[in-house]
Amino acid sequence: MVIADPLTENIGSEQKRNGKVINDFSILVATPNGSGSQTSNLVLLRALFKMGVPSSGKNLFPSNIQGMPTWYSIRCCQDGYVSWRERAEIAVLMNPATAPDDIAKIQPGGVCLYPESAVNELTRGDLNYYPMPTKQLSKEAPVSASMRPYIANMVYVGVLAHVLGIEITEIEAALRWQFSNRDKLVQLNLSVITAAEEWASQNLTKTDPYVVERSSATEGLMMIDGNSAAALGAIYGGMTVMSWYPITPSTSLADKLSHYAKDLRRSDTGKNTYAIVQAEDELAAIGMVIGAGWAGARAMTATSGPGISLMSEFAGFGYYAEIPAVIWDIQRVGPSTGLPTRVSQGDVTACYWSGHGDTEHVCLLPGNPAECFEFGWRAFDIAERLQTPVFVLSDLDLGMNNWMTTPFDYPEEPLDRGKVLTAKDVSSNGFHRYLDVDDDGIPYRTLPGNEQNGSAYFTRGSGHNADAMYSEDPKDYLENMKRLKKKLNTAQAYLPQPVTVLEHNADIGFIGFGSTDPAITEARDLLAAEGLASSYLRLRALPASTSITNFVNTHNRVYVIELNVDGQLHKVIRLQLPNLNTQLLSLAYCDGQPLTANWITKSVLDKEAEENGTRKQ
Amino acid sequence: MARGNNNTNSIGLTKTDYRGKDTTLCAGCGHISIGSQIITTAFELGLQPEKIIKISGIGCSSKSPAYFLSRSFAFNALHGRMPSVASGAMLANRHLIAIGISGDGDTGSIGLGQFKHAMRRNTPMVYIVENNGVYGLTKGQFSATADEGQELKYYGTNELPPMDLCLEAIVSDCGFVARSFAGDPKQVRPLLKAAISYNGTALLDIVSPCVAFNNAADSTKGYDWARDNDTPLHDISYIPLHEEITADYEPGTTSSVTLHDGSSIILRKVDENYDPTSRTTALRTLEDAKEKNMLLTGLLYYNPRRASLVESERLTDTALSHLSETELRPSEESLKTIMTNL
Ligand SMILES: Cc1ncc(C[n+]2csc(CCOP(=O)(O)OP(=O)(O)O)c2C)c(N)n1
Ligand code: SF4
Ligand SMILES: [Mg+2]
Repeated sequence: MVIADPLTENIGSEQKRNGKVINDFSILVATPNGSGSQTSNLVLLRALFKMGVPSSGKNLFPSNIQGMPTWYSIRCCQDGYVSWRERAEIAVLMNPATAPDDIAKIQPGGVCLYPESAVNELTRGDLNYYPMPTKQLSKEAPVSASMRPYIANMVYVGVLAHVLGIEITEIEAALRWQFSNRDKLVQLNLSVITAAEEWASQNLTKTDPYVVERSSATEGLMMIDGNSAAALGAIYGGMTVMSWYPITPSTSLADKLSHYAKDLRRSDTGKNTYAIVQAEDELAAIGMVIGAGWAGARAMTATSGPGISLMSEFAGFGYYAEIPAVIWDIQRVGPSTGLPTRVSQGDVTACYWSGHGDTEHVCLLPGNPAECFEFGWRAFDIAERLQTPVFVLSDLDLGMNNWMTTPFDYPEEPLDRGKVLTAKDVSSNGFHRYLDVDDDGIPYRTLPGNEQNGSAYFTRGSGHNADAMYSEDPKDYLENMKRLKKKLNTAQAYLPQPVTVLEHNADIGFIGFGSTDPAITEARDLLAAEGLASSYLRLRALPASTSITNFVNTHNRVYVIELNVDGQLHKVIRLQLPNLNTQLLSLAYCDGQPLTANWITKSVLDKEAEENGTRKQ
Repeated sequence: MARGNNNTNSIGLTKTDYRGKDTTLCAGCGHISIGSQIITTAFELGLQPEKIIKISGIGCSSKSPAYFLSRSFAFNALHGRMPSVASGAMLANRHLIAIGISGDGDTGSIGLGQFKHAMRRNTPMVYIVENNGVYGLTKGQFSATADEGQELKYYGTNELPPMDLCLEAIVSDCGFVARSFAGDPKQVRPLLKAAISYNGTALLDIVSPCVAFNNAADSTKGYDWARDNDTPLHDISYIPLHEEITADYEPGTTSSVTLHDGSSIILRKVDENYDPTSRTTALRTLEDAKEKNMLLTGLLYYNPRRASLVESERLTDTALSHLSETELRPSEESLKTIMTNL
């Protein structure tokens, strides 16, 4: 089978009616970093979303404050496919330095918007070219010279509004939202946008087929980034201590936490019912979290790969000494500094086995903002229930980009504070810190300050017996380690189970997790259109649910799809299912960009062709 | 001292209630003597043992909390990371009393960053460095406080200058900086009591000889030298709240400092009057002492004006660990309001 090379053409069908392509295109905006284009892009995205067009926005930015090339990519799709695509139907070339490359990324027959004077080599003959008077219009705007490059970005908003038919009222509403209703800013930006729209309507003749039409496809949905959703989830989960150290792409989680908590989490006396501390490094951040969790706080941190490395000694400590903690890892590309502003799912094994010795951590794997919110509060319940550090693996795409989502469900269950003994409990029943009283591997604990004589115990990372006494007794050590494994089995009852779509008679299945969900979902439909049906299991926690056994068993081949080079989840699952290894294939890829439906589709078709070839021989 | 009867303290406990497990430290180790002063202090102050948290790093010093205050909660953390754990615990429950135990290796090397930042943050805790100039637990390597030019049988000559942890604390804006000697319990005790009453990080850098690896006659961390060169800045007495000063002091010979909880300390001059509230005096005095090769002990620096971590975080009076569900989880309406804006 021959399929399109994703680097030359987007695959999938366009919605064409009367020569028009309605609500089905990607826009690529290329700018130099730090030129202030983010406002323009977010306004465009929000206006499209509020017109009812399913959309997503991805910021592809360099590790740099000013000058290096950056791209913003908006995808609109009436059918709801909003994963990122390699190529765009419409490109806005605000960065002369990358213009030649950017032109090459436009779909055949696509649109190219460029600042009137800036681009001299409009090399391709198959495109629709629209010049934009960015210089002239920004000069006419009532702003200082230094603000002109910023205001120039509003020009493409206006020209695009005209070319695509984006409603100016929605653009104005988006500006109001963006500028928190600050009238002067709204009016200033709007005046440039309307001037550009006006100019375009008088000077441009539309020759391309792409248009936006109002729709009801986003009704009831909201748009938010995963880090904001996670912050809200944590606040509604009763977060009391947060300690962190700045690192992209996790910083905005801490920022949003402060932003929301200061209104939502004040006591009657106006004091804080939480503490957010910017630590001196990730060692101190996790140290505070572990100390706070031990003393009864719902404690969390947020970090990314390098911070995860630094936290590993404490993660092992928390596992062994059995201390609740929540660690959000907003993954980026490693190893080391790697590609710090690019997305990956490369910390699966680093988190799952964080720490020396025999450790295995509970990891939650949110796949959309609603799950970031849910796991935001649920992670505390799980951590306190199991008395162990819980990792939550998000990533840069999910954490920092705007995603459409269903509204968040307010938690129905009360907070689960786990097995904590009161003074009375201790006085009537005694207390053995690490004794497996309930035969579920989870012991009871007391909190410092419990007044009952006999409530105190000695927490240590060294060998200990059921009474938390120092012990090097081989029996004590082994019993303890076995109980910790038993606790992980118990954990399944508290962990989010996979979301599974079983396709009747499908030969193949996919296992994925996290931010690749939209791409996998789209790829399944593209494959179905090619006659290849597939089932899909989206994993939402580690250790993996035992239900994966059945899923793998009922398919001839299961592809584990993930955004890293080594196929980390594939390795983890193989270890869990040693007898099914031949059925488990890895589809792993990472170049710093989000995984695409194109790549998945093409790779699956290639692999399947290989498999079929092998079988025929 | 307010006592129930001869054997019990103000809350009706006996000294036995404050003891720990049998020690496994070497006989004669300075850390043992510091532990007994902690026992006596907590007993005499009538502290509820379960309200005390003993937080430590890794080392012989850091394992010593097993040998005092068995009825208190303990957290033997990671090497050099005691301060962050203590900070987290105090944020979780501001009503606890934190006693941090560390060593010169635990604090002066691997934990120097956390040491300074805990002080900068002013975590409410007593921070005790049991300073022996070596890594005891790993068998006698030089630590960052070892004397320059010092010879050790196995590790040879130390070429590097010693770090003065009191100087480091003062420049990090620690508001309670004291130095003492494990062989001088009479001084350690009132300093400990004052440190517990202090609202913020109180550093006690206590020379605590390691009899196994660093107790030669010429070692500034050994018993002989410390005893011969101990130069107290003042005689210190601790006066608990509501207790009258009974001793008669000659006018002009004493100064007193009132602590956060209303208790006070009386400093009686030895040679000259020393003003512990002046940072520049403290720094100069420590530099002078180093030049004169003296072990200058006492309350070196005192500043009551800084807000503690609990205050700067504007925490509610109720411990965060004990807030109710209604205080922890905002209403469903508030979530709806936020979502209508998204
Ligand atoms: C991360 C880490 N590195 C090294 C060690 C090994 N270690 C244990 S105790 C110690 C030094 C302790 O010295 P000090 O704090 O002075 O305590 P002392 O034994 O002298 O009282 C070292 C290096 C460790 N436990 N953890
Ligand atoms: S080795 Fe030194 S520090 Fe450790 S217990 Fe023995 S005397 Fe004390
Ligand atoms: Mg030492």
